[in-house]
Parts: sequence; structure tokens; C-alpha cells
Amino acid sequence: MNIFQDANRKQIANRRKTDWYLHILFVIATSIGVLALCALIVDILVDGIARLQPDLFTNFPSRKADGSGMKSALVGTIYMLLIMAPISFIFGVGAAIYLEEYAKKGRITRIIQLNISTLAGVPSIVYGILGLTLFVRLLSLDRSLIAGALTMTLLVLPIIIVSAQEAIRAVPKSRRDASFALGATKWQTVYRSVMPSALPGVLTGVILAMSRAIGETAPLVMIGALTYVAFLPDGLKDSFTVIPIQVYNWLSKPQLEFKELAASGIIVLLALLLLMNFSAILLRNKYQKNV
Amino acid sequence: MPGQGLQTVSKAQTASKEIYDFKNKRVSIMNKVMPILLFLCASVSVLTTIGIVVTLISETYQFFQKIPIFDFLFGTKWSPLIPPKSFGVLPLLSGTLMITFIACLVAIPLGLASAIYLSEYAPKRVRKIVKPILEVLAGVPTIVYGYFALSLVTPLIQSIFHSAGVFNALSAGIVVGIMIIPMVSSLSEDAMSSVPRSLRDGAYALGATRFEVALKIVVPAAFSGIVASAVLAFSRAIGETMIVTVAAGSTPNMTVNPLESIQTMTAYIVQVSLGDTPHGTIEYGSIFAVGMTLFVITFLLNILAQYIARKFREEY
Amino acid sequence: MEALININKLNLFYGAFHALKDVSLTIPEKAITAFIGPSGCGKSTLLRTLNRMNDMIPGTRIEGGIAIGGTEIYSNEVDVETLRKKVGMVFQQPNPFPKSIYDNVAYGPRLHGITSKRELDEIVETSLKSAVLWEEVKDHLKRSAFGLSGGQQQRLCIARALAVNPNILLMDEATSALDPISTLKIEELAQELKDKYTIVMVTHNMHQAARVSNQTVFFLNGEVIEYSDTEKLFSNPTDQRTEDYISGRFG
Repeated sequence: MNIFQDANRKQIANRRKTDWYLHILFVIATSIGVLALCALIVDILVDGIARLQPDLFTNFPSRKADGSGMKSALVGTIYMLLIMAPISFIFGVGAAIYLEEYAKKGRITRIIQLNISTLAGVPSIVYGILGLTLFVRLLSLDRSLIAGALTMTLLVLPIIIVSAQEAIRAVPKSRRDASFALGATKWQTVYRSVMPSALPGVLTGVILAMSRAIGETAPLVMIGALTYVAFLPDGLKDSFTVIPIQVYNWLSKPQLEFKELAASGIIVLLALLLLMNFSAILLRNKYQKNV
Repeated sequence: MPGQGLQTVSKAQTASKEIYDFKNKRVSIMNKVMPILLFLCASVSVLTTIGIVVTLISETYQFFQKIPIFDFLFGTKWSPLIPPKSFGVLPLLSGTLMITFIACLVAIPLGLASAIYLSEYAPKRVRKIVKPILEVLAGVPTIVYGYFALSLVTPLIQSIFHSAGVFNALSAGIVVGIMIIPMVSSLSEDAMSSVPRSLRDGAYALGATRFEVALKIVVPAAFSGIVASAVLAFSRAIGETMIVTVAAGSTPNMTVNPLESIQTMTAYIVQVSLGDTPHGTIEYGSIFAVGMTLFVITFLLNILAQYIARKFREEY
Repeated sequence: MEALININKLNLFYGAFHALKDVSLTIPEKAITAFIGPSGCGKSTLLRTLNRMNDMIPGTRIEGGIAIGGTEIYSNEVDVETLRKKVGMVFQQPNPFPKSIYDNVAYGPRLHGITSKRELDEIVETSLKSAVLWEEVKDHLKRSAFGLSGGQQQRLCIARALAVNPNILLMDEATSALDPISTLKIEELAQELKDKYTIVMVTHNMHQAARVSNQTVFFLNGEVIEYSDTEKLFSNPTDQRTEDYISGRFG
């Protein structure tokens, strides 16, 4: 007596075949994304590796491709980072501490929270429009380094706030209780007990947000980061350029040589991003061990 | 001496007073000031939103003083720089939508299939490698994608369709699609992995095969999460700027042919801001009107996505 | 009573962990067999080998054999889909699909190729009747299964399992998430069902095993310690460990 015989083996064989075909289809679909990334990297390396020479870092851009460099853009990007990082850290982490530790669950808190998640979805070019009006014109900072840095700060704040909130939330409640039980005040508890534990996670978020910022082009084009800058910015109110804008500038020229320069500029940009992401990963690993 | 005794007593009194003095001035100042400072930090985000809205509305209002709102919304010719000047936003809108549709045509099937593969089929080891790789795609700067579109995808398209121009909507749309694959795949996968294990067990125990569990149980159960991810991706594609600026061209063009050059709303804003357009002119105002249109559309889409995602969370 | 399931020297490993050790058992047809033992003793693992649900856990290895009705279920002769159709399962937590009551019951038959509306209607009605749920839901079959109470959901899951016409019904602590009244209903239902189906149940509740089962198997650390008629096992156990367990000295 075989109770498994009455079943229709052919129907099952067909269903298994469908499963197999779909499995292959899903694998192919997944690999398209992976392959696209590989193609992108190979394409850029092939085009750009030849011009990845000292000139690129030591020379200013010029009308001729040969000997043209991106010194001003590289320095501009680094200055931007140096200005943005502390400002966005203070405001982002401050907002996160407020929302996680101080805010009462109410209408206002809910509005702020909803507002932050909505801001994260606003196209970056809209921040450019805001920066143009607010910083460049109203505060008459002109098309300067500080105007660019402030615009980018507004852009990355929602990202920093959300990741800092997650890091703070991950600190166990027992740590706060222990601090309060020793007679610490609210602020002492936050500052001495919660923040040290949350810091690696917070920093990871800040680094990732910074790496988002140095790749952004559109908002800075809006506020008029000059595309041809043959000097290094001297103060906060000097005009400036950054790597992605230099790349965009080279990319919009018809000659092949400039396209190659754009590719080597991209290699530098990607290397910088890789470095930042790598340090974020290192931090995160340390963080996971500690908590 | 009697005076000495008295002094000792008073010293002791001071000591006990210190112990029971619950008010530590320095600490209480921090406790009062910090919440206010922190609240100010948090309010920056609200001020940003207010700033965006006020900026857009006031400048757009002035723009509509010169160009009737009806002409802007329903005009079919966009020619802001070359006379006869005309400010009908529909060509920009149609260009934007064409890019967005092509992008979604690429990203939604591929992203969803990747999500199904990663959540239902892939062994743990494969998932651990593939997931971060896909997420790298989301972190590549858009200008890099612009380069990719121009130097690899466009020549590829031109070798297949000989009528394709150097700047065309198809190339930019495909690359925008590649960029938003990880958005669809990781958000959909999150939705699918939060479908309880027990539902899959129930279906397997009835003799279902893997694709039947994936397509008939998991995908329907995660459906609103998947839809939310698609809406977000759609909104992201609408706001994408550099890829379309570099690869799709700057021809406001009401066409349905993806091989032609078009211009999106975002690319127009970049084009004007690259030139030296003085404040107060109609052209300057037009970037605010276009920016407003862009902001309203993406804002509504994001609210919609949040609403759908919240509904999904209520189900479990 | 005829033996339906023959388990022969079964060993199961999860990676390096030896979860079942040399298990040999015969389970009779059209009766209720209960697996008892402390948690982690392997009773659920054994139950899940009977419909090969363990296949999906990576790193699982099986030695020895299980024959149902004389057919080796881990052989190529048997499609796992057919096996699971013939060996239905009900889980610890009621797990209705997020679909209507009707679609929940019709899910299995549809998988296995039944498309005719008339046939499906009939299957849904008889399955719900067998699970003693029909009278409560017949007027709103299109409503979501999530609207039912926990006990009703579990009976819906039983109806869903019955709809593909199984011979064996596995119940994996099927009442542990339910209130006493719903538990009683499921127990009564099991009594009715054993005239037509072979039921194997895992329970952590000894009283339940004593109340409803015909045979009881006591497991400890992956081994079968004692296996006999329920009455005998509870009134006169042969092994000291069984006695300790049923008298509540551990577990």
C-alpha cells in the first residue's frame, strides 16, 4: 500500500520546474545589479587610471587637459568636510539627544519626528534652492565656502539625527538607571553615561552622512560653487569648488581628454568614499563588540 | 575658651548643611539650559522645512504675478531663455516622468526579484555578500552615475538603436533605475523578512514549493511594504538631478520617444543656476516655480509611502 | 491496530548536535499517539521529520529510515510535496494566512491543481465541517481569517490541513497558545478525527496526553525512553525516569 501513489507526479514535476526557472530568473535579476556595479568600476578605472598622476593633485584646473589638476577641488572638499563635520555633529546629535532623552511624547515631538523623516526624502536640489535664497542672498554670504557648507549641513542633518537616535536608543535602560541611582542628574546621565556608549554608533552615522555630502553635486551647483577655481580658498567667505563639481565641469566638455580627467577625478572621489566607509565599518565593528 | 566651642559647633552645622543641600548650582544650571539648547538643535529641522516652504512659496508667488499660473501648469512649450519666451511646465514634467518611468521599469522588477531571491532563496552566506554589494550601489555619487551613463550606457544604446542621440532619455532613465535598485530591494526585503516564519511553515506543510510560498504567501503578505518601497523609489527618481543633467540633455521636449534628448525639472534648475541669471528676472523666478512643483510632487509621494508603510506595520 | 509509520534507527544531527539518537518506533493507524518529554528532548524534531520540515534547516543530517505505509519517505520515490499533502501539520501558534477564511482552506487544494469552483466549495465546506468550524463561519467565508478568535483560527488551520485529504495529521503543541475552553474543543475534535486520520501530537502537557492519546512515547535527550499504551505508561511506567517525569519530579 503506497499512500503516495495517487498523487499526480506530473503536476508536481511541473511545479518544481517552475520553481527552478524562477530561481534562475531571481539569480539573474540579482546579478544585474552586481554586474552593473562591476561595469561601472571597470569603466571608470580603464578611462581614468592613465591620468591618475601627481599633476592631478598638485595642479589647478586649466584650459588644456594636459597638466590640468584638481588641487582646488580636493582642498575645497576637505575644507567643506572640516567645516561641516563639527556643525552637523553638534546640531544632529543635539537634536537626537533631545528627541530620545528629553522630549515628551506629544504632538510637537511627533511633528518634529515626522518632519525629519520627510526632510530625508526632499530632493537634494531643493536644498540648493534653499541655500541660494537663505545663505547666498539673505545672509549675503555670497557663493562662498561657508554658504556651501551650511547648505550641505542642512542636507545631511536628517541622516545624522536618525542614525544618532538609533545609537542612543540602543544604549540599555539599565545604564541610565544605574547613573540615576548614583545621584546623577539628567544631563550628567546623558553626558557621562549614555553618550559614551552611543558615541561609536553616532560617529558611524556622522561619517556615513559626510560621505553622502562629499558626493553631492546638485545643491552646490545651485549655490554656485564655481566650476573654474584656480586658487585655494583663503577664508570662509572665499569662493570654492569641490571634487564632484570639478568632475561635472570636465564631463561637460566635449574633448576626450577631459573625459579621462573626469574619470580620474571620480577615482579619487571613490577612493575617498571607500576610506570613509571603511573607517565607519571599523567603528561599527568596535561598537558591536562593546555593547 | 568658650568662643572656640561655639566655633566648632557652627562648623559642624555648616558641614551637615552641605550634605543635605540638595541644590547644586552648577548642575542645576546645566539641567535647565541643556534641554533648551537641545530643543533648539531639534528645531533646526523644522526651521529647514519652513525655510524651504517659505522660500518656494514667496518666490513662486512673485513668478505667478508675471506668468499666469494656468499658463505655467498647462502650457506645452518651455522656452525661458529664447524669445518668444514661454513658461509651460508640461515639457519638463513629461521629461521627468519619462525618466522616472524608465527608471522604475528597471528598478522595480529587478529590485523586487533581488528582494525575493535574498529573502526566500539565497543561502545565508550568499546573502551576506550580495546585500552589501547592492547597498554600495546606493552610495555611489550621482555624478559618477552620470559618467557611467555617458561613457558606457549611451554608446551601448546607440549601437543598438542608431537613431539615439548623444543625450537621450533612455540612457539616463536606465542608469537612474540602476541607482534606485537597492532602495527597492532593501526596503522590500525588510518587508518580506518581517512576514512571520510561521506563515511560510504553514504553506510548506501543505506541500507548497518555494516559489509558491514566495509569490502566494510572502509577497502578498508584504505587499504594502513593497508598494511603499516602489513609491519611494519613484519619488527618488523624480528628484534625481546629476544623472539627467549629464546624460539626458537640455531640450525641453514633449516626446514619447525615449531615444530623444529631453529636459527634466531638476536639469532645468541646474541649467539656469549655471548661467548668470540675475535675481528678480522671470528666468530666476522660474527655477522656484519648477522647484515648487518638484517639491510638492516628491513631498506628496513620500507622505503616501509613509502612510502605506505604516498601514503595513499595523497588520503584524 | 495496524502500524502505519515505521521509524527505524533514526539519527538526526543539527550540525554537530545529535538531536535524535537511534529512535525506533511504530505508530499505529487511526489512533492518537502522543510524544511527551521536557523541552529540547527531540519530540518536536521527530514530529518534523515525519513531513520532512527539517529539510529546510541548513546543516541537518539524517541517518536511518522512516517508512509510511511501507514507503521510505526520504527516498527518491517520494516527492516532498506529496508527502506533506499526505502528512498534514498543525502548529503551536495558529498561523492562518492573511487571506479570507475560504482562501485559507482552499489554498492547499489550489496548490495541488484543483481549480473548479464547485469542487473547491465542496472541499471548503467538508473540511470546515470536519474541523467543527462550519457553523460558526459559514455566513462569512469571505472575511479575513485574522478576525477569528485564537481557538477558531487553530480549527481553521486544522481545516486547512484536512482540505488536501491527508492520511496523517501532525499536531505540534497545537493547543499551547489557546485558552482552556478552546483547548478542550481541539481535544474533542482530535478524538473525532482519529476515526479517519492517524494523529501524532507533541504536547508538553502530560494531562493532555493522558486524556486524549492511545499511545504515548516518552522522550529524554533525544532518546525514546518508554513507549506503550497511554494507560499503562501513566499508571505503571517501567522506567524510573518516566515515573520521575510524569510524577513531576523534573521537566
